[in-house]
Amino acid sequence: MKFNTKFCLKNCAKNYLIAAVAVAIVAAGAATGCKKHHSDPFPASGAVAGWQKTSESRTFAAKDLWQYIDGDAEQYISAGVVTTSTSDYKYQNTLEATVDVYTMGDAAGARKILETGTSDAKPIQLGDAGVTYAQSVIFRKGPYLVRIVAYESTPDAQQALLALAHGVEAKL
Amino acid sequence: MSSRRDFLKTAATGAVLLGSQSKLGLASRLDQHTATGKSKVVVARDPALHGQNGQLDEKRVLALLDRAIATYTGHARPVDAWRHIIGQAKVIGLKTNGLGGKGISSHAALVLAIAERLQQAGIKPGNIVVWDRNARDLEACGLTISTDPNRVRCYGSDVAGFEDQPVAFGSAVNVKLAKILTRECDMVIGVPILKDHSGSGVTFAMKNMYGVLERPSDLHGGGCNPGVADLNCIPAVRHKVRFTVGDAITAVYDGGPGFHPERLWQANTLIVGEDRVALDQIAWQMIERRRAQAGLPTLEAAGRPPRYIATAADADHRLGVNDPKRINLVEI
Repeated sequence: MKFNTKFCLKNCAKNYLIAAVAVAIVAAGAATGCKKHHSDPFPASGAVAGWQKTSESRTFAAKDLWQYIDGDAEQYISAGVVTTSTSDYKYQNTLEATVDVYTMGDAAGARKILETGTSDAKPIQLGDAGVTYAQSVIFRKGPYLVRIVAYESTPDAQQALLALAHGVEAKL
Repeated sequence: MSSRRDFLKTAATGAVLLGSQSKLGLASRLDQHTATGKSKVVVARDPALHGQNGQLDEKRVLALLDRAIATYTGHARPVDAWRHIIGQAKVIGLKTNGLGGKGISSHAALVLAIAERLQQAGIKPGNIVVWDRNARDLEACGLTISTDPNRVRCYGSDVAGFEDQPVAFGSAVNVKLAKILTRECDMVIGVPILKDHSGSGVTFAMKNMYGVLERPSDLHGGGCNPGVADLNCIPAVRHKVRFTVGDAITAVYDGGPGFHPERLWQANTLIVGEDRVALDQIAWQMIERRRAQAGLPTLEAAGRPPRYIATAADADHRLGVNDPKRINLVEI
């Protein structure tokens, strides 16, 4: 049997190419996160009308959460926080806000934190459950607990925060 | 209990820190303090500190500071009052608290007012160091980072770093202190902001010193008791932090130490004094009164009484007094 070197090389190259593509697809899936909880929860600038993302996102493991919120970390750790991500936003140059996304071990942990809210909170339909105050929105969705806080009190603050909260919720 | 080795280490550090003129100044102050039998705390208020638009009036902040310091020292002229406070100190640190973020951090207007008066009292701008854990905390106060030696300096331990050699007192072991405290300042004025605290109950004068630690989280156990008291007994903290201008301009009475706008109140108040324990005792009562007004349980009922205050006053710590009968509270 005559060995067709040219044919073999062509076939081998084709097989290698297929294998390489398959590996790349798997690797890309792992890197970007096939599961939603690996995705970036922060809307990009302009993704929610009027809101600009003004800082890089930062993420803290549970053991390092004190670096971000010091003594506040304890209540999240006891509720099973795994990671916390945060980013700053600005609304039409009038309102500054911070979005914190706490990824808890399970939905019960997120519920535990949300339930520590105060009686003057106004319930809202967002995620699995949520509440709003004049300058903040807090909601949970699965294992996520999201807290969005504005640093100023403006007439349209609550509405703007709700819009941003919906933007975050859609990315979880 | 600290080991003998730790004790010697601590004692050695303290001996170095207490060197030169500051030792005499401190000793004489403590003698005066003991002679009066009571610790003086001035609570100064200005209901118009925030204007109708909610903005802080910086001129009124300076005026309130002057009133508070004049009442505390008995010197009407700010320059005399501040000279009385700083004594022989040459390099003075202002330890702010910006951990809570932009909405609940020591106010830049107050920090700059203190810096202005210190300069008028003879301190060179470059010998005033406004500091905290890091740039982010300082910027949360509304301050601008600067290492220019010809201006008031403002930077954190992320720039200056921490000591390699740990020190200890009681439960505060393997403590690495900020070099700004140990090497740069010969006196520190605490400028904490009044906050409820989910662990310790209250954070104010003494708890503010957690910002001098490389790893403050190590001392958060047990409601920060005895961590807060032990930390304040470490010589560099005990002897260098000699005065507090407490910021209760805006305060948080529940949900702290983070920024919870729904639990803020504009107390429009400064709380000043030397006795950090007495200051915390008064600050605690302010928070309790505000919580009662809001229909919230006491911190004791909420499971987080600030027990570290009594610990700081006990025979093992002797940082000051928490007995109201031994506090000369002056409200203006």
